[in-house]
Amino acid sequence: MAKLLFKNARILDPANDVDQLGDLLVIDGKVASVSSGPSDIEDAQVVEASGKWLMPGIIDLGAYVRHQELKATVESESAAAANAGITHLCCMPEYAKPTDSTAEVNLIHDKASKSGKVRFAVIGAMTEGLKGEQLTNMGGLKKAGCIAVSQGHHKFISLDVMRKAMEYAKTCELRLFLHPLEYGLVGEGCVHEGAMATRLGLPGVPVTSETIALSNILLLAEQTHSNVHICRLSSAAGVDMIRKAKARGISVTADVAAHQLHLSELDIKDYNPLCYTLPPLRAMSDQAALRDGLKDGTIDAICSDHQPHHIDAKLAPFQEASPGISALETLLPLTLQLVEDGVVDLKAAITCLSATPAEIIDKEAGSLSVGNNADMLLYDPTLNWTLDASTIFSNGKNTPFVGREFIGKVIQTYVRGQRADTYS
Amino acid sequence: MSITNEKLVPGALPASLQLTQDGQLKHFLDIEGLPKSLLTQILDRAEQFVTLPSNTQKKFPLLRGRTVMNLFFENSTRTRITFELAAQRLSADIVNLDIRNSSASKGESLLDTIRNLEAMNCDMFVVRHHHSSAPHFIARHCAPHISVLNAGDGYHAHPTQAMLDMLTIRQHKQSFEGLVVAINGDIRHSRVARSQIHALNTLGVKEVRVIAPGTLMPVGIEEMGVKVFTSMDEGLKDVDVVVMLRLQKERMRGAMLPSEKEYFSMYGLTEKRLKLAKPDAIVMHPGPVNRGVEIDSSVADGPQSVIMQQVTNGIAVRMAVMSMVMGTRAMEQQING
Repeated sequence: MAKLLFKNARILDPANDVDQLGDLLVIDGKVASVSSGPSDIEDAQVVEASGKWLMPGIIDLGAYVRHQELKATVESESAAAANAGITHLCCMPEYAKPTDSTAEVNLIHDKASKSGKVRFAVIGAMTEGLKGEQLTNMGGLKKAGCIAVSQGHHKFISLDVMRKAMEYAKTCELRLFLHPLEYGLVGEGCVHEGAMATRLGLPGVPVTSETIALSNILLLAEQTHSNVHICRLSSAAGVDMIRKAKARGISVTADVAAHQLHLSELDIKDYNPLCYTLPPLRAMSDQAALRDGLKDGTIDAICSDHQPHHIDAKLAPFQEASPGISALETLLPLTLQLVEDGVVDLKAAITCLSATPAEIIDKEAGSLSVGNNADMLLYDPTLNWTLDASTIFSNGKNTPFVGREFIGKVIQTYVRGQRADTYS
Repeated sequence: MSITNEKLVPGALPASLQLTQDGQLKHFLDIEGLPKSLLTQILDRAEQFVTLPSNTQKKFPLLRGRTVMNLFFENSTRTRITFELAAQRLSADIVNLDIRNSSASKGESLLDTIRNLEAMNCDMFVVRHHHSSAPHFIARHCAPHISVLNAGDGYHAHPTQAMLDMLTIRQHKQSFEGLVVAINGDIRHSRVARSQIHALNTLGVKEVRVIAPGTLMPVGIEEMGVKVFTSMDEGLKDVDVVVMLRLQKERMRGAMLPSEKEYFSMYGLTEKRLKLAKPDAIVMHPGPVNRGVEIDSSVADGPQSVIMQQVTNGIAVRMAVMSMVMGTRAMEQQING
């Protein structure tokens, strides 16, 4: 029996209301015991962890791996995720080669298990080729291990198709991961519609593109009794709608991309294409509302919305650049920055990266409960570091956070009790 | 060790890009961010280049041996020709590239196009592009000895147009102080309007008004320091300067406007409407004019119209800016001597 003993760590396990100094024992890849006192286990490999934090591995609810577009590979993004403390990476369906068949899902699972230890949780396509017209074999996708289905960044040809896709997904007991975007109102838009967009002469994406889509989704979710997860909220009005929907008893959860909590339209004032995202970075008041939504639990989880690009995709005038940020490696630092900023406490910050997303994807994960897989990360809260493009593990170096200083860093990541990171 | 070529790292394109460390004009990309003194300097310099139509054209040797490339990614006749004439009158060599029909349509990236052109040893790019900030992008990523002039980018800026308009206003109204200026038409899609607003506010006019139907009025424009009007009759009341904008025909599509006829009836500048402005108000238009769509012929050709003067001033302003970005003290001496 392989034994691994973490000694003198600060064990942070919000799901079990644990924040204590102590030892954690892993036997055969599972958490065997958590003790506050010193423990001596013979024949255990010891990891001296005094001054370090031991917490559940991150479950990232939203990443576009882009391996089909050759912008990145499952291998490169798996390593990047592991080094960032991510133990479950949920992959959104992508247009280049949508996960609309069991073969595609198996392929990703295969590649992931061959290349690294991070678990890839595949979100299947809701419609064939993401064309928004014909339902996929959701029953088969479920059997192949899909944790949910989504339409990604693509529209349905009609609300009727969306409704039926919801009903069928419900039948297959699959949750729906939906981006709230009414494409008819997005048009050519690339930035938040408002004074900044006007000054820059860039076409805007109105807040109503989010709220109208949300309204459609929420009403249909209520009618079809399906379980909906809203991906990447961006606006104050959107947060308010989720808050009210939850109060009304609709089964809905929501996430936000970490960068939306730290950037705003002010960051595009000089046309920085690295800050081009969809949904766009909105006003400071929207950022404040997103932070409030996180604080009061309206927003359940923080995800990376990772979108790696070749740098060429960003070496172009703003409108010609591709949207998205390479974000795996800033997910934890930006989330813990919220604790520094007084938005949430440490317990809540860790919860929205682990325990809550675990519930959303319905996995026995996201906690250090005895018997659970030992998916966890070891964190040095005193380590100073600066994000440098040349040391980003992801194939995508497209992040506006290059040059930003952070205090605290993941030093080891474990999946099923085995080192998954590539740090020595 | 990281191999970072500064030119190949994407990032912010601040307006400060256009100034050298000691505040001289290096590129001319945007009115925003330029101090009043610099705008006045451009106007003063341009005034020296203005030639009355009856006089023979004086040629200045300021840009002798320099090569200017007109890079037009978007259709233009007037602007391109005035830049061309400006360069010729400064003794530069000028090359016109109609990019629409060449590399861009073959899928070459903007960066590659620029790389190739700068390898041909030129000193200045005059850029018109359908996307906002493209000239800033070129300025940031091209070789350091090259100056970039913005000849219109997307809906964002058209700074030489704004400066020739300012020169025209200054020639008719001794001072900018106290002036009320109304800009009328497709504000939403107008880079001319945005640059004019910045220039007028920097030069210290009393009030800038924008007049347009809701579909052509961009959200939050008031934050640029303008008063918003949807009624032309209210907006024109007692103004000193009326600026008309060209209405693109394609605005009739995409539910921007119902018809040219209705637009003219609500926003066309007629003699009757012009009477609402001050009696000595001047009428301006960046051209080309759509007669009977945004302006009546009798006004366009009337006594208050300064449209042709704008065209003449266009060359002088572009000569001024070209000489300034290539500027040395020796040049000052050449002009004065």
